[in-house]
Amino acid sequence: MAAEISYSKPVADWETRAFWEGCGRHELVLQRCRDCQTVQFRPRAICAKCLSSDIEHFVASGRGTVYTFTVTHQNHLPAFRDACPYVLAYVDLEEGPQLMTHVVGCDPQDVRIGMPVEVEFVDLERDPAKDASRGIAAGTAIPRFHPS
Amino acid sequence: MALSRDLTGKIALAGVYEHPTRWAPDKTELQIMAECARGALDDCGLTLDDVDGLFSAGIAMGPMGVVSLAEYLDLKPNYIDGTNIGGSSFVAHVNHAAAAIHAGLCEVGLILYGSTAASNSLAIGTGMGGAARDAAGSFVSPYGMTTVGSYALVAQRHMHEYGTTPEQLAEIAVTMRKHASLNPDAKMRKLITIEDVLSSRVISEPLHLLDCCIISDGGGALVVTSAERARDLAKPPVLIQGCGEAVCHREIGSPDLLTIAARQSADNAFAMSGLGRDDVDLCTLYDSFTITALVTLENLGFCKPGEGGAFVEGGRIGLGGALPVNPDGGGLSSNHPGMRGIFLVIEAVRQLRGECEGRQVEAAEVACVHGTGGTLGVAHSGATLILSKA
Repeated sequence: MAAEISYSKPVADWETRAFWEGCGRHELVLQRCRDCQTVQFRPRAICAKCLSSDIEHFVASGRGTVYTFTVTHQNHLPAFRDACPYVLAYVDLEEGPQLMTHVVGCDPQDVRIGMPVEVEFVDLERDPAKDASRGIAAGTAIPRFHPS
Repeated sequence: MALSRDLTGKIALAGVYEHPTRWAPDKTELQIMAECARGALDDCGLTLDDVDGLFSAGIAMGPMGVVSLAEYLDLKPNYIDGTNIGGSSFVAHVNHAAAAIHAGLCEVGLILYGSTAASNSLAIGTGMGGAARDAAGSFVSPYGMTTVGSYALVAQRHMHEYGTTPEQLAEIAVTMRKHASLNPDAKMRKLITIEDVLSSRVISEPLHLLDCCIISDGGGALVVTSAERARDLAKPPVLIQGCGEAVCHREIGSPDLLTIAARQSADNAFAMSGLGRDDVDLCTLYDSFTITALVTLENLGFCKPGEGGAFVEGGRIGLGGALPVNPDGGGLSSNHPGMRGIFLVIEAVRQLRGECEGRQVEAAEVACVHGTGGTLGVAHSGATLILSKA
């Protein structure tokens, strides 16, 4: 039985902080351009399609489908070595964007492209002193997906 | 913008050199580059004094590496380019040197690469990365994406969309090994079978150990100058007929992982050359993984999207086949010192000169060179050259 992955803490800047703080509330937060309606990920201060600065954040449904995946059998990094095999995937979100993630909650061999999945969050322990230097004052979590 | 054909056929690759080493714990990277500079200048009969343009990139060099390199070689070039877009950098350097020479900004460009990736135990495939250091990387680093994994994501999608099989991918590795067996400098020369590839351990599904390139030490050098000046040099010049470069990434919306930078860079390079895919006698392309070669062949336009699996079957990309690919054995079997783009150009030039005894593509007149840099499934660059005999 593979060990649990010990997720590293993300580093945020003010462009991405809303996403990571959203994860801390177990909300998957995306951005929409108020001028051209483009939904974008990863978050930016500016719309990459029309360069508008009028960007709003919204909570996504958390539902999507597996676009592609790989069952990882070898990773020499200590955080992942004992967690192999694990499923690295791209998930197409209902709202359009695609994100890199893990698919958990089923046998790695049962993961399929096109499979409907739903987000879940792994809370990371808070460390107020270090968290501030990482740009995330509130709690945060790592989003990953399981079959829905 | 309509591409200009103004420099087509006017710039030449005059000198090339591939360092024979595959394991050099007794050498520094700058030393390997200097030895390669000597080799390529000797090849065309020029000296360091003739060089007035310097181009380089490296994994250990740092952002100002080309300045350190100039210092090491005691060079004061008029034109300096340290563009680093991954393993394809050196193919792009040829494009940049051609533009600079054509514009009169320099006359003789020297492009260098050297690396001790293997003797430094760089675990490029499944041991790089780690905890996030910046905001952009934080959307990838929690998930333990290995280099192999990023290409495996592309392979899995290709198999899903087109029914490409592990056997078809494996045949690419088998063909590269067969080529390497004919190259005395190649690192891995023992013949393998499709069954050997499929029974090698799985690194990141669907890619096995033998679907992955090797890691070696090594280096290479290219000398670029005007076709006019190259005519009087020691070796028959190889002419640049077309060039192009591109980047591909998956930032906004739902990307198509199977359309890669090669599509854009090759369409431009072929348009500039005035040549078609049917005119090409051999192709040297970045084969970091078997899937890289397969999707590159599709995106270069040698077959349609989804037909790559059938295209590589039955020895069609082997010597004597419809389109010989990487006669030197490629990164899968000859050498892969971290970045491999320079060797794609060297092998193409040597094939067009007819210097490749034992692995020579018969009557080779036109070559297509394509380098891929970065990680295919996340963000990558592509650079294409169409080369011909003078």
